[in-house]
Amino acid sequence: MGRYVARRLLQMIPVFIGSTLLIFCMMFALPGDPVAALFGEKKPDPAQIAAIKHQLGLDLPLWHQYWNYLTGLFQGDFGTQIATQRPVAEVISQAFPVTVRLTLFAFVFTVLAGVLLGLVSGLFADKVFDRVVLIFTLLLISVPSFVLGYLFQYLFAFQLGWVTPTVQDSQDLGQLLLPAIVLAALSLAYVTRLTRTSVAENLRADYIRTAIAKGLPRRRVVGVHLLRNSLIPVVTFLGTDIGSLMAGAVVTEGIFNVHGIGNTIFEALNRREGSTVVGIATLIVIVYLVASLLVDLLYAVLDPRIRYD
Amino acid sequence: MRGAKMMQWSALAAAVALAATACGGGSGDDGNASGKPAGYVSMFNGEPQHPLMPSNTNEKFGGYVIDALFTGLVGYDGKGELKNENAESVKSKDNKTWTVKLKKGWKFHDGTDVTAESYVKAWNWMANVDNKQANSYWFGDIKGYEDVHPEKGKSKKDEMEGLKVVDDHTFTIELSKPVPYFEYKLGYKTFTPLPESFYKDPKAFGQKPVGNGPYEFQKWTHNKLIQVKAVNSYKGSNKAKNKGVQFKTYSKMEAAYQDALSGNLDLVDGVGPKDLPKRKSDFGDRALDVPYAGTQSIVPAVYSKPFKDVDPKVVQGLSMAIDRKTITKTVLQGTRIPSKAFTPPQVKGYQKLDTDVLTYNPKKAKKYIKDGGGVPGNKIWIQYNADGGHKEWVTAVCNSITKATGVQCVGDSKPDFQTDLEARQANKVKGTYRGGWLADYPLNVNFMQDLYKTGASTNYGRFSDKKIDGLFEKGDHADSLDAAVKDYQAAEKELLKKMPAIPLWDYAANIVHGESIDDVKVGFDGNVLLTDITVK
Repeated sequence: MGRYVARRLLQMIPVFIGSTLLIFCMMFALPGDPVAALFGEKKPDPAQIAAIKHQLGLDLPLWHQYWNYLTGLFQGDFGTQIATQRPVAEVISQAFPVTVRLTLFAFVFTVLAGVLLGLVSGLFADKVFDRVVLIFTLLLISVPSFVLGYLFQYLFAFQLGWVTPTVQDSQDLGQLLLPAIVLAALSLAYVTRLTRTSVAENLRADYIRTAIAKGLPRRRVVGVHLLRNSLIPVVTFLGTDIGSLMAGAVVTEGIFNVHGIGNTIFEALNRREGSTVVGIATLIVIVYLVASLLVDLLYAVLDPRIRYD
Repeated sequence: MRGAKMMQWSALAAAVALAATACGGGSGDDGNASGKPAGYVSMFNGEPQHPLMPSNTNEKFGGYVIDALFTGLVGYDGKGELKNENAESVKSKDNKTWTVKLKKGWKFHDGTDVTAESYVKAWNWMANVDNKQANSYWFGDIKGYEDVHPEKGKSKKDEMEGLKVVDDHTFTIELSKPVPYFEYKLGYKTFTPLPESFYKDPKAFGQKPVGNGPYEFQKWTHNKLIQVKAVNSYKGSNKAKNKGVQFKTYSKMEAAYQDALSGNLDLVDGVGPKDLPKRKSDFGDRALDVPYAGTQSIVPAVYSKPFKDVDPKVVQGLSMAIDRKTITKTVLQGTRIPSKAFTPPQVKGYQKLDTDVLTYNPKKAKKYIKDGGGVPGNKIWIQYNADGGHKEWVTAVCNSITKATGVQCVGDSKPDFQTDLEARQANKVKGTYRGGWLADYPLNVNFMQDLYKTGASTNYGRFSDKKIDGLFEKGDHADSLDAAVKDYQAAEKELLKKMPAIPLWDYAANIVHGESIDDVKVGFDGNVLLTDITVK
């Protein structure tokens, strides 16, 4: 187990270098010069552009820039933003906690509600409740998140007056509830569908019949034997989903005015702030890697037949 | 065995719970940021793109804050006329050497006096190429600019020869050649003084600026808000009528609109397309559309295939094929006003051109294009940036042109403004591009010289005409401001014959505000005059 984890952690290094290099090259290839953009629509001043580029090392060849970036990274230096002149590390550290809070909130909601709904509808497959859940999840999958976002805003902020339309204080978990639910909606639907199918299928499995025949209480049959085995596909999905919840929240963040990673990377991309984009994307890559490692380890917990030696 | 596994599960759950609470409880320093002090106005804004320096701010979000914190020598009134602010007088006999006398008793927010030295030293710093300020070109008229800002390499001197301190409250500005309207330029936000404390740590100043304006800087929580407080001892004419302003950061106008609607925000000066149709029913008479000095046009690139050596009559024909009235009313929801000239009405020197070129007339349009020899290839393009909400009107304009004249017209969409600009700078526009111009200073000169003079900085259509250049030149050498304005008016009439651009419409600021504030007015640049706002 320990060796397995160590091996997986070592494997992250080439993935990390490869992904930063790829994103770095992509930023380099994008049209539009971030330094020239400092001057807006006015004709940029060549002397000044040269000076700024020189200061930030943007006049070096690509490989050299990448080398500088990478060595800086290992010393904890994420670079400096071109326009705002703020350190990228500061920009990220401001946005990241907000995103983590929002993501965890959405994630917990997805897991709790998704698994519960999936379990119940799987247990009563093809009954009325199952049908209702089917329609409900189909609806969630087909409605784009911005529609849901505005709908919720209208409903809960203006009709019912329970919350403010946007998040006033991102420290307040109560205010993050609404964006978290909107963010979680799509994943929730998938988790429900996955759990439901898996539960319904395993319900017919031999070991469940054996467990019932042995006279185990129903709570134990469902809670331990059935659910644990049914969760493997769900956990796989959730592992990859946590990354997309983090980075893919641009629309939701915009509607509810949450200043998280999604918006930061979007704005940085628009302004061609290379170091910011690479920094955030790298962070997301690491989250993906760690999440998938956790998922693999969880397999062993869920299914005793799986061993890592 | 089973017990151990359950332990792992609960440990995981506990870890998640801990992480969640830790994030929730951590860094409480800006915890109360959403609270608004009594008497303050909260308004929609975005995160400034640059540090808060007058000489480095050229976009709206930072501009608002800079305007609140600093007051320059002169300002403009509602009609685009000059008025003195920090200056007692700005005078010149030959339009070349300008003598500035400052009002006495003005102070920076750190208590130090505003003197002639505060201006001269600041301007020398701002113009210096080594300090890399985006607005440094504004000092280009001053004699000795090329010493501190050579075209290549580092500065040769620290000071511009043309700036001289006479006494504590007087200084002179010598230009390298006469500019009759130089005084107008002085109203731009770059021409501000800086306190002595700035030079100790310019970088820290950009995060915590000290100005001499109607408001004093309080705090900047990045990506959340900037707060400024009214200065009681302020001596200028634009003393704040409220207690302060909170500039709140939004990434989307739509979110700010919702906040204004629910009373969590006082002022939003931009309405997204989603909310435009319902702003009047949502806000009633608190939804304002105020015209200001900005125009939008379609600019033909003279090197492009459809416009190479084409008769200006063809361009006039295209202009007459655009139904401005209907498009502004329907597609643009009344947020624009059809253009009547190359300049908007809010600037000094605006004249109503006696012409039908800017009026919809499909029959005449067809005739003009035919008489002019037609559009080569019978197809034109309008280049625009897809991230600016232009697609709808570009399509409408194209439909109007094709319907009226049979000339094919398609939008040439670039993913964002950067890509759009790069294509313009590299002379790669296929036909025409979307031109937008907001006044730097409310004078007709600003709407012509920078856009249509041969080789001018923003002349991306590469238009060049000797007669027009001559008229501009004449205006630049005029004896007085009024004479310069007149010369430029003559040039504008000539522009109409040569059509370097097809003026479409002028901008209006779309504002919605809450019930708790009143007296919302807009300046020539489309920005709300914050100091005039009263809080109920």
